[in-house]
Parts: sequence; C-alpha cells; structure tokens
Amino acid sequence: MNWDQVISKKVQDIPPSGIRKFFDLVSDVDDVISLGVGEPDHVTPWHVREAAYYSLEQGHTMYTSNYGLLELRKEINKYLDSNCGLSYDPENEVLVTVGVSEAVDLALRTLLDEGEELLLPEPSYVSYQPAAQLTGADVVRIPTNQEDKFKLDPEALEQAITPRSKVLILCYPNNPTGAVMNKEELEEIARLVEKHDLFVLADEIYGELTYDHSHTSFASLPGMKERTVLLNGFSKAYAMTGWRIGYAAAPEPIIKAMMKIHQYTMLCAPIVSQSAALEALRNGNKEKDKMVKSYNQRRRVIVKGLNEIGLDCFEPKGSFYAFPSIQSTGLSSEEFAERLLQEEGVVVIPGNVFGASGEGFIRCSYAASLEDIYEALNRMERFLNKL
Amino acid sequence: MTNEILELLDNNSSLSTEDIATMIGATPEEVESEITKLEKENVIVKYNTLIDWDKTDKEIVTAFIDVKVTPERDLGFDAVARRIYKFPEVKSVHLMSGGYDLSVKIEDRTMKEVALFVAEKLATIDHINSTSTHFMLKTYKKDGVIFKGEQQENERLVVSP
Repeated sequence: MNWDQVISKKVQDIPPSGIRKFFDLVSDVDDVISLGVGEPDHVTPWHVREAAYYSLEQGHTMYTSNYGLLELRKEINKYLDSNCGLSYDPENEVLVTVGVSEAVDLALRTLLDEGEELLLPEPSYVSYQPAAQLTGADVVRIPTNQEDKFKLDPEALEQAITPRSKVLILCYPNNPTGAVMNKEELEEIARLVEKHDLFVLADEIYGELTYDHSHTSFASLPGMKERTVLLNGFSKAYAMTGWRIGYAAAPEPIIKAMMKIHQYTMLCAPIVSQSAALEALRNGNKEKDKMVKSYNQRRRVIVKGLNEIGLDCFEPKGSFYAFPSIQSTGLSSEEFAERLLQEEGVVVIPGNVFGASGEGFIRCSYAASLEDIYEALNRMERFLNKL
Repeated sequence: MTNEILELLDNNSSLSTEDIATMIGATPEEVESEITKLEKENVIVKYNTLIDWDKTDKEIVTAFIDVKVTPERDLGFDAVARRIYKFPEVKSVHLMSGGYDLSVKIEDRTMKEVALFVAEKLATIDHINSTSTHFMLKTYKKDGVIFKGEQQENERLVVSP
C-alpha cells in the first residue's frame, strides 16, 4: 500500500514532535531525573477527586449540554469576574472543552481560513503550529529573545503583520520560557491589535502561576474583550491534567461557531471531569495557593542554581519553567539535551522543539520535587565540567 | 517571612539557611537572624526527625489513652496534666473537647509495659476518674506525611510538552 497516497497531505506535512524522540531515548537510561514534564508534580487535590466519586455515585453519567454544565459555566464566569475583572454570559459566551488543547483547535478552525495568517510569537508551545496548519492558514513566527525576557516586542509584531494577518496567539505566562507580560506591555500589543484589526487567541492556562504580580488577562484590556478568545483550564492551577478539562470564553458568535465543531467532534466534555472542575473552582483556592507558593520556592532554587553552574538564566515570572541559555557550551540544544540524558540521566527539553528562536536554550520544568531539582543541578554541573 | 520559614522547617528541618534564603527570596543573614530569634522565643521548640519505626527491628508499642479527669479547683486540668507529662513514657498530652478530657500518647517496648504503666501510674493519679487505652496497630500517615508503601507510584510521563 502506498501510504503517502492514503494519508492526507495536510497531516503528512506536520513534522513529527521533537519531544517524542526523547520518549524513546529515556527508556534506555536508568535512574532518570526528569525536568522534562509539562505538568504539576502533585496529584489532583483529594477534595476534587472525592467530588468526582460523589458525582459518579449520584449517577451523573450522561451527556451534558454541548456547552458544558450550566452550573460550571456560571462558576467559570464568577471566577473570571473576580480574578480577571471580566464578565461573560454563561449561557452564550462560555464553552467547556476537552482541555485547552481542544479549545485551541476549535478556535483556530473557527477563526482561520486557507491563505490567512496566524501570528505566533516563539518559542511557543508545540500544538499551535500544527493546529493552524490543519486549517490551511499560514503561520508567521515572531521570534522573541532572552534580552527582552521573551516578551513579545511590539515592533517585531508590527513588522510581521501583513494584510493577510488575522489572528495573534498570546500565551503568557509562557510555556516554554516562563515569560510574563504585564498590563502596560499588553496594552502596547492591544493598540496594534486594534490598529491592524486582529483577533487574539489568549491561552492563559498558566495565569494562576505568576510570581511577581498577578496575571493580567488580555481580554480585560479596553476594547479587547470583543477581539479575544480567552482560553483557560484546570490542568495547571488545580493539577488536573489527566481530566482533560478546559474552557473558552469569547463573544457569542465565536462561541456559537466553536460549539458547532465541538458538538460534532466531542459532543461535550466528560461529565465527571466537569463535576470535578466545578469543585476545583468552588473550593480549590487553598490547595492552589499552597501549590503556587511551593512552585515559587522551587523557581528561586532552580534559577539561582542554573546561573551558579554557568547556565545563564533570566528570571521567569510565570508558569513552571526555567529557560536557561546553553550557548556557552557550544552545543546545540538537541546535542546538549541528548548528552545530558545519556551521560547524567537528566531530562530537559531542547529549546528548538519550541521554534527556531528556542535554539541555544533548554526548558527545565521545576514542577519536580526539591530533592530532584537539587540532584538534577548537581548532575548538570558535573556534565558541564566534563565538557 | 516568619511563617514561610516556619512552614519550610516544619516540612524539612534539615534545610540549610542558604536553601531557605533562596527559596523565599531573602538573604541568608536575614533567615539566620530570624531563626535564631524564633529559637530564643521558643517558637521553634525542637528539630525533629520523622521515623518509620515499623521498618526497623526496634520493638515499640504506641497507645493512645483517653483520660477523664475531675479538674482541680483553681488549677483546672493543668495540675493533672503536669503529673502525667512528667513520665518519660508519655510522648504527648493534649487537653481535648468532647467525651474525655486528656489525650495521652504513650510509647514503650511492650504491650504489657504500657498496660502496667496505665494501671499503676496513670490510673492511680488523684482526680483521674477513668482511662481507656487504645493500642496503635499501624501508621498510615504521620505529621502530614504518607508512609511509603501507602504512597502511590509516580505515574507522570518523563517527557511531556
């Protein structure tokens, strides 16, 4: 069989994930310490798991509204209101999705047509580009750099804009760099969004994990609510990655259009996950604050440690990643990560996986135990001394 | 800063001053002087180690004893509590609300020794009306820590985006 003829051209054009390769490498190495994981090192708080049990016990096993449980959408609206100063209509402007990943896919498919351009600041999370590719739109990458603390430079954005530009993705706090953008910096971007009539996909899944000042939601800036699809979820703040539950909030026509795809592909998010999410929003603050505090402590340890062993690392102010430069070693990101794994059993993710401007950097997740972080730093120091 | 230092030490008393300073974003000197102050004020009473004795060959029996007391005039429960906590076998004494008054934890080498201690030393104290002894069979979780064997395996993937 000629599989090239069988498999869609669009899918063939998506390159294999740079992260997958490390899966295979890892299985050959013993005593591995991983800083390569993009999820919390806590299991979901017990009260949330218990709420899911209870929901099953009560027999809540049916489909829900395509939009998700109204109760949950109301709670999401309450959360956005008190945390971001945003108010959406829970009936028509909120859609509960199977993780933010689904919401990204829905939003891009809803907003982009063939030949239009998606503006993507990079280094960036790995799923935007392929999701956009499947829509037939072109992806225009806007490099950011360490000198700017990986914030999106308004000038670079303006230069990248063409008459075909339609959607801008903003993911702050950022995966993989840990960069954040404050209100003033986002206002600069908002000005350009208005001027060039763009639409924004704001992936704010790490919004709860900021360490200097609290997160500014892009949609809360004047005039931006009607130009923004706000994406958020429960994976990072409430340690609920495996529940696959997220949401989108946007103007009614956008949500209605996203729902059209959602209803035919997913129908609805799993009801048990929706019940768990409801509990997390209602009673999860105490546990969440504890987790954030503990990430902050580990963030300081890893950033200081990386700088001390000679890997220049700017201070990340959000998410749970440090993104140090490895340029002083003369190795490429991939060589560095592969050799570090094979020689010292430490997993980090090479920065180039997240786009060309990530070359020369590695992503180190500090969602790992303090003991593991210290041990990883020791091993990295030994590795650097051998080079 | 004080509470954050205390929380960290409560979880791991072997953390160095430097480590704590890094974690909370302070200087080692600030942390050092704060800890010294807390030690002096007896806020930090003692640095302990959490040990799972079941994994050792040391014979040890733990019992929780509910004690009902007639409080003494003017002294309340304090005088009785004092007479109890002076015994080295007694590991902790708490005044409780509810069905009984003092909760006493005792550690000794054998069940018989614990039983004798209760019968001869504890129950004979004036103002103690009754005791009810419960032997501990297994520790699942102590001081917020789930003991190994009970803890679930880490199922996280080693790499994820």
